[in-house]
Amino acid sequence: MNAASVVSAPDSGTDWLVQLAGSPLPARQQEDWRFTDLAALQSVSPAVATSPPWRDLQLPAGVARLSPAAAAPYLGTALAAVGSEALWPVRLNMGAAPPLLALRVQGEVDAFELPFEASPEAGLVPWRILLVLDPGARLQLLECPIAAPQTSQLLNGVMEVVLGPGARLHLGTLAQGTSNACLFQHMAVRQSAGSELMATTVTSGWSLVRQDPRVVQEQGRAHTQLRALQRVVGREIADTHSTVRFDGPEGQLDQLHKSLADGAGRSVFSGVVQVPRSAQQTKATQISRNLLLSERARIDTKPELQIVADDVKCAHGATVTQLQPEELFYLQSRGVEASKASQLLQRGFCDEVLRDLPPPAGRHQPVAALLRES
Amino acid sequence: MGRNGSGKSTLSKVLAGHPAYTITAGDVIYQGANLLDLEPEQRARLGLFLGFQYPIEIPGVSNLEFLRVATNARRCQKGEEELDIFSFEDLVREKLSVVQMDPAFLDRSVNEGFSGGEKKRNEILQMALLEPTVAILDETDSGLDIDALRIVAAGVNQLSGPENATILITHYQRLLELIIPDYVHVMAGGRILRSGDKELAMELEQTGYDWVDRELDNLVADSQPRECA
Repeated sequence: MNAASVVSAPDSGTDWLVQLAGSPLPARQQEDWRFTDLAALQSVSPAVATSPPWRDLQLPAGVARLSPAAAAPYLGTALAAVGSEALWPVRLNMGAAPPLLALRVQGEVDAFELPFEASPEAGLVPWRILLVLDPGARLQLLECPIAAPQTSQLLNGVMEVVLGPGARLHLGTLAQGTSNACLFQHMAVRQSAGSELMATTVTSGWSLVRQDPRVVQEQGRAHTQLRALQRVVGREIADTHSTVRFDGPEGQLDQLHKSLADGAGRSVFSGVVQVPRSAQQTKATQISRNLLLSERARIDTKPELQIVADDVKCAHGATVTQLQPEELFYLQSRGVEASKASQLLQRGFCDEVLRDLPPPAGRHQPVAALLRES
Repeated sequence: MGRNGSGKSTLSKVLAGHPAYTITAGDVIYQGANLLDLEPEQRARLGLFLGFQYPIEIPGVSNLEFLRVATNARRCQKGEEELDIFSFEDLVREKLSVVQMDPAFLDRSVNEGFSGGEKKRNEILQMALLEPTVAILDETDSGLDIDALRIVAAGVNQLSGPENATILITHYQRLLELIIPDYVHVMAGGRILRSGDKELAMELEQTGYDWVDRELDNLVADSQPRECA
């Protein structure tokens, strides 16, 4: 049974959120928040979900819950390693005393989806997940956070991941929002040497989305693949700030961030790749591709390499384009209506990311959901 | 036929409705409708087909899905029932034989990573599925090796019949040895300068386009207003 507790002394607006976070709302003067209008938080009702958003959790063989005592040595270590304890969404999450799901993964595990159901009584739905993959473990996991219908909710998730040597995690987030709901998600990952992280995040339909994935390769020699696709329409805002740091040599990063902006929507991407002196022979690519579909939509993108090491191969780039008239004409010249041609091209644009979601995503028909196709 | 820049591709794109061109005068009447009043997709549904000289690649758009959407649009126009995925797969596999195309290309994105020859085969496959009444094939022979040229030409011949017309834009007699034209038109300066049969193409092969330039110069000179004494 889901439940919610009303926050004591709830003042109007966002004061109760500030109270929980123990820190003022991020201001537009802060570089990382300059494009993120937090006005949508005003309508979140001051009640915090007290029960976990995952229900009927059936874990596949090889995945076991960690007791609080067993989780303690790991909990918080990823947040500390990537330096995100002071992030406002993380502070809010911690202040709301979120339910914790701590899992240990051993061996090769069948792909599975974490069932998710937000309590309709709550305004703020916080949760925290800890994933510990033992050396050589393999996991494919899909998370689909979804707000309760017709509510002004803020879903606030923090995931910490500890990947042992040779462990491989394929993590997907498919977050289909509703027009009044907001989503703050933070992912902090510690990667050991020889580990692989493949994380794909897809968001659309939220009034406000803020994603802060942060990864550190603690000894280098690991592989990180980050994929993200965010779609905004109407007056929606989607904002991703990612950081990947290499603390050892021969690490690899393959990052692709894509966005589609229509109506008066706004998409923001800021991606930092840190390659200190110890990270020689790092290979990293970071690409931001964006599709502007209306005159009022807005894209802000800033791929950023911070390189100190002198023997690395790092590349980054960003493109902002519209649908290509030659492509549209080609499809139209075969009898495909302009609107259908546009839809096909948008599907094509999304496919590059969607195909990297873990297998359980298929049953959600992600492309149709993303583009709101009937 | 005609020199580079004589207007052949421009004419084909204008007929197909390419948005880069603005028509300042004239009409194009086809099956009782003025094509210039129609969107490109409406022209295609009426039975007009343009085989592109350089078919573009569209990453992420499934070739099979694209072909199905296009085929159903044309079938809908003809009052035929739309095909579901399974029925369409049966149809498309049957049509693949027209151009001896590997079915693996159906599972790829439209023209993405296709060789020049594969792109042209994909164009003829589309023609086979859409069954146009007028097909304009813009330099379909360019970029084809000898075997691919034979296959594409055989496909075009197989699709030709009394119910349809095919307009080939080409520079070379070699294509016309495989696809025998009923008429040959020579274009220069945006107009048809001379018409004939396959003999005209052979003449061009031997003499080149110099005489065409001279005829065009004369034509232009004749059309200049003369000063009165």
